[in-house]
Amino acid sequence: MRSDPNTRAPLALKIAAAGGLLFLHLPILLIFVYAFTTEEKSYQWPPPGLTLQWFAVTWNRPDVWEALKLSVQVASIATAIALVLGTLCAAAISGTKFFGREAISLLVILPIALPGIITGISLRSAFSLMEIPFSTWTIILGHATFCVVVVYNNAVARFRRTSRSMIEASMDLGANGFQTFRHVVLPNIGTALVAGGMLAFALSFDEVIVTTFTAGQQQTLPIWMLEELVRPRQRPVTNVVAMVVVLVTLLPILAAYYLTRDGDQIAGAGK
Amino acid sequence: MQASAPAIQPSTGGIAGALSDLFWRRPKVPLLLMLLPPVLWLGIVYLGSLLALLLQSFFSIDEFSGLVNREFTLKTYGELLQPSNLDIIVRTVSMAALVTLASAVIAFPIAYFAARYARGKWKALFYLGVMMPLWSSYLVKIYAWKLILAKEGILTWFLGKVHLNWLLDAWLSLPVVGGNSLSVSFTGTFIVFVYVWMPFMILPIQAALERVPGNLVEASSDLGASPSQTFRNVLFPLALPGIVAGSIFTFSLTLGDYIIPQIIGTSRLFIGQAVYAHQGTAGNIPLAAAFSVVPIVVMGIYLWGAKRMGAFDAL
Repeated sequence: MRSDPNTRAPLALKIAAAGGLLFLHLPILLIFVYAFTTEEKSYQWPPPGLTLQWFAVTWNRPDVWEALKLSVQVASIATAIALVLGTLCAAAISGTKFFGREAISLLVILPIALPGIITGISLRSAFSLMEIPFSTWTIILGHATFCVVVVYNNAVARFRRTSRSMIEASMDLGANGFQTFRHVVLPNIGTALVAGGMLAFALSFDEVIVTTFTAGQQQTLPIWMLEELVRPRQRPVTNVVAMVVVLVTLLPILAAYYLTRDGDQIAGAGK
Repeated sequence: MQASAPAIQPSTGGIAGALSDLFWRRPKVPLLLMLLPPVLWLGIVYLGSLLALLLQSFFSIDEFSGLVNREFTLKTYGELLQPSNLDIIVRTVSMAALVTLASAVIAFPIAYFAARYARGKWKALFYLGVMMPLWSSYLVKIYAWKLILAKEGILTWFLGKVHLNWLLDAWLSLPVVGGNSLSVSFTGTFIVFVYVWMPFMILPIQAALERVPGNLVEASSDLGASPSQTFRNVLFPLALPGIVAGSIFTFSLTLGDYIIPQIIGTSRLFIGQAVYAHQGTAGNIPLAAAFSVVPIVVMGIYLWGAKRMGAFDAL
């Protein structure tokens, strides 16, 4: 039997693809090394020595805890709002055809299709026109607006795969709309919603551009990091925080991946 | 044969049942109830703010008092055409174009390998390998590059090891692209832009390439085309909508970014930095608003062109 030449990639392609992926991953891994360096003042490489002391220093910094607390608070509330709005919108868009459907799906995508600075400055100028003072809620307002699209995208994909005949069967068997939602629709879209919620959380936890416009004196963790990047105080602490931020955003993304990858094996999906 | 359940079920009763029956008879009612909250939120919070911004770009600032004059005028847009402001716009748009081009070149092999050769476990690995950098923290990515590009950082160390420092020095002594060190040069800004936005290019290209039937490529080589001819005449034209779709992200994100050039770059401004400076310290909100209309207009034209090229089907 002759081996098919088209199933093996040419060497040049392999090298280019591997090089591209390395380019994407090496810089992030570097952060992990810098979190352990003994060097305090500069970005010296290779690190002169390795230490765990910066984890203790970071642990005892109240400003880091404050920022982390605010970030978690904002991300949780923004995610909750996005889950409600995104799911409602996805259910309406996927289930029926109506006038203005395209316009509404564009409206949902717009906050993320236009550069973040547009969203940021728009909200800021609206706040100042209406004389709304900056608070945790102004930050949440901005975050929820662009988080809706993440939940929406996940939910709409799952709604499209959920079979219509299952809902009809449930109704035929005498369940009312609410019972059908609770026992048929919700179990089907559940994992997609959890995945969308996790991605929304990661997005909000990491957001900096919109936040710089909608926050007053308060600092979320990314704003704290930005401040340290512009005016460094204690570099090793920034290294440790950067590593923590990577871990906090990556875990939800991995979880979201595992929750959505089997989506096409749902019962009745083929109908 | 016995008569079984009646054709029309009686109502299940209760408020939930009554509501459910109402929704079944009038499907417009639940649709309206479902759409109302998200449309109200996005319409008021987002579109409302966007309109407020547009409105302010037609105001002007009083040069003597520094206060905003709420009379409609095109004066602020005229200021955009001043050489210094026009410079900022040209610099940002050309940077966005360069970043888009470089992203496409780096993303293509990854997307092509993932679409055509990666199977099973490898496919999942490639997907995660693209998703994780795409989703991981934006600021941390910039910070990592600060560590790499700084004068005492890893790149200088590496080039020293392979005795290529003279190359870096020669590059840095060039006008425009050079500077004191890579972390305060246009080259540095360019590298970081490509790094941060390139992942957005991979998945659309991969989606477009996955739709190219494998036998098309085989037919091309059977007919005697060299691999580069096959690429130019078969693969590239079919992948183009995917590239354009990906370029929407890389282009738009570069256009609006102000943190990357602020942390890694020269003191010459980009649109985002100008917007931030004018609304903040300078207090010139009309000019900031007019500046931010530029990316909206550029993206509007870009999206219109992309739609005509069929890029939206590749998203």
